[in-house]
Amino acid sequence: MTKNIICVACPMGCGITVEMSDSGEILSVTGNTCKRGDAYARTECTNPVRSLTTTVKVDGGVHPVVPCKSADALPKGKIIDCANALREVEVKAPVKIGDVLCADILGTGVDIVATNHCPEV
Amino acid sequence: MIYDVAVIGAGVIGSMISMELSHYNLSSVLIERFNDVAMGTTKANSAIVHAGFDAMPGTLKAKFNVKGTRLMPETCKRLHVPFRQCGSVVVAFYEDQLKTLQTLYDRGIENGVPDMEILNREQLREIEPHINEIAKGALYAKTAGIVCPYQLAIASAENAVLNGTKVELNYEVEKIDYDENTKLFSICSGDKKIEAKYVINCAGIHSGKIASLIGDNSIEIVFRKGEYMLLDKNQSYLANTVIFQCPSEMGKGILVTKTVDGNVITGPSSIDIGSVDEDLSTNADVLDSVIDAARLSVPEINTRNVITSFAGLRAHSPTNDFIISESEKNPSFINVAGIESPGLSAAPAIGIYIKDLIVEKTGAALKENYEASRKAPVRFNEMTNEERKELIAKDKRYGRIICRCETVTEGEILDAIHSPIPATDVDGVKRRTRAGMGRCQGGFCGSKVVELLAREHGLNLDDITKFGGNSKLLVGKTK
Amino acid sequence: MLSYDIVVVGGGPAGMAAAVKAKECGVDSILVLERAETLGGILEQCIHTGFGLHYFGEELSGPEYADRFIQQVTEKNIEYKIDTMVLEVTADNKVYAVNSSDGLLEIQAKAVILAMGCRERPRGALNTPGTRCAGVMTAGTAQKYVNIDGYMPGKKVVILGSGDIGLIMARRMTLEGAEVKLVCELMPYSSGLTRNIVQCLDDYGIPLELSCTVIRIHGNERLEGVTVAKVDENRRPIKGTERFIECDTLLLSVGLIPENELTREAGIELDPVTSGAVVDESRETTQPGVFACGNVLHVHDLVDYVTLESYSAGEGAAKYVLGTAPAKKYISTKGVGGVRYIVPQKVNLNAGEDVKLYFRVGRVYKGASVVVKYNGYEIMRRKKPRLAPGEMENVVLKESELAKFAEGGLVEISVEE
Repeated sequence: MTKNIICVACPMGCGITVEMSDSGEILSVTGNTCKRGDAYARTECTNPVRSLTTTVKVDGGVHPVVPCKSADALPKGKIIDCANALREVEVKAPVKIGDVLCADILGTGVDIVATNHCPEV
Repeated sequence: MIYDVAVIGAGVIGSMISMELSHYNLSSVLIERFNDVAMGTTKANSAIVHAGFDAMPGTLKAKFNVKGTRLMPETCKRLHVPFRQCGSVVVAFYEDQLKTLQTLYDRGIENGVPDMEILNREQLREIEPHINEIAKGALYAKTAGIVCPYQLAIASAENAVLNGTKVELNYEVEKIDYDENTKLFSICSGDKKIEAKYVINCAGIHSGKIASLIGDNSIEIVFRKGEYMLLDKNQSYLANTVIFQCPSEMGKGILVTKTVDGNVITGPSSIDIGSVDEDLSTNADVLDSVIDAARLSVPEINTRNVITSFAGLRAHSPTNDFIISESEKNPSFINVAGIESPGLSAAPAIGIYIKDLIVEKTGAALKENYEASRKAPVRFNEMTNEERKELIAKDKRYGRIICRCETVTEGEILDAIHSPIPATDVDGVKRRTRAGMGRCQGGFCGSKVVELLAREHGLNLDDITKFGGNSKLLVGKTK
Repeated sequence: MLSYDIVVVGGGPAGMAAAVKAKECGVDSILVLERAETLGGILEQCIHTGFGLHYFGEELSGPEYADRFIQQVTEKNIEYKIDTMVLEVTADNKVYAVNSSDGLLEIQAKAVILAMGCRERPRGALNTPGTRCAGVMTAGTAQKYVNIDGYMPGKKVVILGSGDIGLIMARRMTLEGAEVKLVCELMPYSSGLTRNIVQCLDDYGIPLELSCTVIRIHGNERLEGVTVAKVDENRRPIKGTERFIECDTLLLSVGLIPENELTREAGIELDPVTSGAVVDESRETTQPGVFACGNVLHVHDLVDYVTLESYSAGEGAAKYVLGTAPAKKYISTKGVGGVRYIVPQKVNLNAGEDVKLYFRVGRVYKGASVVVKYNGYEIMRRKKPRLAPGEMENVVLKESELAKFAEGGLVEISVEE
């Protein structure tokens, strides 16, 4: 079985071909131009992951929301659930870059961290 | 509250009438269905002050145009309204149009138009170097110019407010009753009622409908739609005067000029669309035809430089003249209807004429200490650096630029929000300050204007509209 | 009047990198002027990741990328003023600016670095027919409302244009609970990065329709829908393909325009294709001592390249101030046969280093070659699996190569299939 995927590991957008056996074992990865592409293609065919970026509500900050990201990639199928879960989170100002806003989101083992500062009003 | 006079419609005509009345010992109210003044024909038209040679001698159009144009420079100066007396040229592109120029010239003389001249092609090219080289000659009229129509309406309405006129916005007149005993009109909208001894009907495209509310069905108004395109200021070199083509049945054709702000404007198309649907949409084929026609005048016009397009409706009367008279049904009800071009030019003269009529009927006296002007709006963009320094030293809010393209400061926007007729929405701020009117069309400053409106009016961001009603810009918080 | 060695107009990624580099090159007297409330520029609202892979080797969000430079500006004690708008740059490098605390500032600079960024093409520029209702805005304006102000511009969305901001906003609006019904693109290809089509549209099942545009906007007060149609090879709508899509929001992602009003008023020569200044490899414009970098020079797709370009400008400005800039001996560059433009437009043969020429192609090519010629003679040929308008390319002119060129020569880059 052959899978054609477009690498999203960086803005190059390489087209990668993955040959797989019937049992789902990866036989070869071609078309990538770097190691990250190889890794991406392997994960994408077995357990696709994505990083999540969104915002979280801030109480008493100069802005009503602060941007955040998943510290690691999340299972692709859980992105929407995690985004929805973060609607219910509210943190207190001040927030600093790297602050954990939500630990181990939905039991994925991945933390949600702030990607900007949000000082107090 | 019983008013002496109720003026229905706060376009440039209603606003100028209200201003003139407000200088007399009369109580008056200016009624408007939209949430701001200048929201109908006044905000979307060519903005031209015509010299006055178009209308047939003896018509009201001819009479009020020539008078109004004569009054315009002083009126605008007094009210701090941008006006540029740049003159106009009617261009003959073909040999057979040259005689039309003479006809127009002769008509102008008969109408009492001063300072006209017929130019040969060389003289024309000296004034308009970018005119199509096939141009054969032109009628040049020095008294013509270009004004900011909505500023003129806003300024005169503000002056009226300063002199005690009440402005009732969001008041759509649905019913008018007349009590023969009290001699009072009751002007109703929903469960609201305004009573007045005299009514002036300046309802623009709806003036026929308003007249019919007292049983006067004599006024027929057709919505004549015109579409325009506005080009970037960096194209302002393309036109010095108002460039007309030889006129036709449907009006004065496609003009090319630059607005008081320096943008090149071209239009209008001219299509009658009945009298029901207030269709303000623009159409690709119509705009294409506008550009094609504009290129006959100035071939260098390029759609690449278009920053926006818009449409307006003119109140066309099949009588082809203004209707300015007491209603046959009731002499206390005065129709000012069918005010299409040259209505803007005529506005100052119509204002005075109606005021005289009311003064004659009521015997009201001129107030001893009326305000003749309004507070001059700050225009940071037009100031020298010395003036800017002084201004910011007095009030630091004039040091914060909100609109980058037009260099409009926070102070100017706050002035607009707290003016005698406060701006309550984004377009209201735009008409008063030009914020959002530049080349980025509010891309950057739009959200800041929304913030200021929300802050000053004590509202949330998602309460703020583009132009009232349901024209909300945002639909709630993300979370 | 104040005086500084270098005044930087704009405190986004370009301005900050240029200032940092100039400081490292030994210029102490630097002032950065930023019109927004914080340093960082447009990156502050670009909360998605993907920034910095080339330069930092990690995947940062926009604010994180900006913060790295804000920290450097702070650590290096580089002076800056926020909420400050530059009104004019004169022919003798005087800068007029205004803010509410200092009032009107008059600053004499030895060198000026222009880093004002770009703006989005608005609806008016498209001349899309229809009404002028609320609910039509640029993707960047929507991005600010959603990511900074925490407000939703609408719930049912159509996006016109598949530029990166449009693609990013398609995902963003979806994650915030809106339904993105369609992304339509006038051209037969997307101008966005491929990775963004995959992870912003495909991941969420959002359809992308190429050779398709919005031909009419409906709704009196708030947007009620749009009519879209397929377009032919001349980008004209095809009769019979019109369809109405109900929506309350139309986001426009139809191109970015470098903001060169100051540049134009200063009388600096602009390149009609990039809409940015004509510069040499140090990013010096036609006005001596005035440099330009970042999106004000030409629109970049990756901020990493903005940083590198701004380092060149910062170094160039520093050398200009310190009097160590090499004598000028120019050759010019020109994009031909499928190459729309090249930056820099001219190269100083005395540059004393390898020079990278950045360029963009006019359409998508597969398996084509990039060919570099000097005065008509081929000097380089590189086979490329894929070339696309949305992805900036570059070739390097080696210092050793430059040494062989003569003043007044011409380097041309073309695409050969």
